[in-house]
Amino acid sequence: MATDTDEELDDVEPSEDEAAQRIAGQARDRVRFEEEALGLADQVYRVARHLTGSREEAEDLVQETYSRAFRSWRSYQPGTNMRAWLLRILTNLNIDRGRRSQRAPQTQALEANDYFLYDRLAENSDGLSDEDRVVERLSQDDIVAALSAVPHDFRDVIVLVDIGDFSYQDAAQILDIPIGTVMSRLHRGRRILKRQLAETAVGEEA
Amino acid sequence: MKDPCAHCEEMMQPYLDRILTEEEMVEAEAHLSECEYCRRRYRFEESLRVYVRQAVTEQMPAELRLKLASLRIPLD
Repeated sequence: MATDTDEELDDVEPSEDEAAQRIAGQARDRVRFEEEALGLADQVYRVARHLTGSREEAEDLVQETYSRAFRSWRSYQPGTNMRAWLLRILTNLNIDRGRRSQRAPQTQALEANDYFLYDRLAENSDGLSDEDRVVERLSQDDIVAALSAVPHDFRDVIVLVDIGDFSYQDAAQILDIPIGTVMSRLHRGRRILKRQLAETAVGEEA
Repeated sequence: MKDPCAHCEEMMQPYLDRILTEEEMVEAEAHLSECEYCRRRYRFEESLRVYVRQAVTEQMPAELRLKLASLRIPLD
């Protein structure tokens, strides 16, 4: 327990110095932590933006995350992946906000293969030959809309792995699910995304 | 014997995620080198991933950066 009165401090003079050093050291660690965390804000926001449905929600959630992170900085282990640590806080806060699991849509047959989107786009383009041109048939808005239409259990893994560049292992820790679940959701989620893209781009019926 | 293109299609996601074994990798590449049908679709998938990532990447609003900095706990 820290002592507050002058008399007590006089009795323990050598350790007063140590205590002061320790406090100064902690302050330095904390400043370093805060600066590192703030340096990751762009990347945290980029992921948060698509874990949530809107810019406003993402901004709120990122603020809440940083406020929590700054208060509990001591539970971060230096040398570990801070970006994953921040995202773990963020996804937990997002769950606390009442997010429920969502079922995948029943479109098994239509998402049954991975070449689906290419084939649909190719059918709907004249004399199409160049893969990049196929991709360009999709506008930026099409893609943002399609991604937000993916049920969030699936969207979360796509956002973390394909947009946030997290490893399967990090994604599993952030979402607190087994790595096998990350892989199967990623696989299924990418197909659902492509299905959504086909719908937006060429008016494919669901 | 499986249809080689169907098999190749199954390997596409793990191939692009770089989680195939050495052996599977060689197998996929051997098929891709002689099959334009699959090659086009792999290339499409690869550019799609890049394109999706670019399309959905949004800059963090400048005010948010300031708000976050203001959440720092002041030194005593």
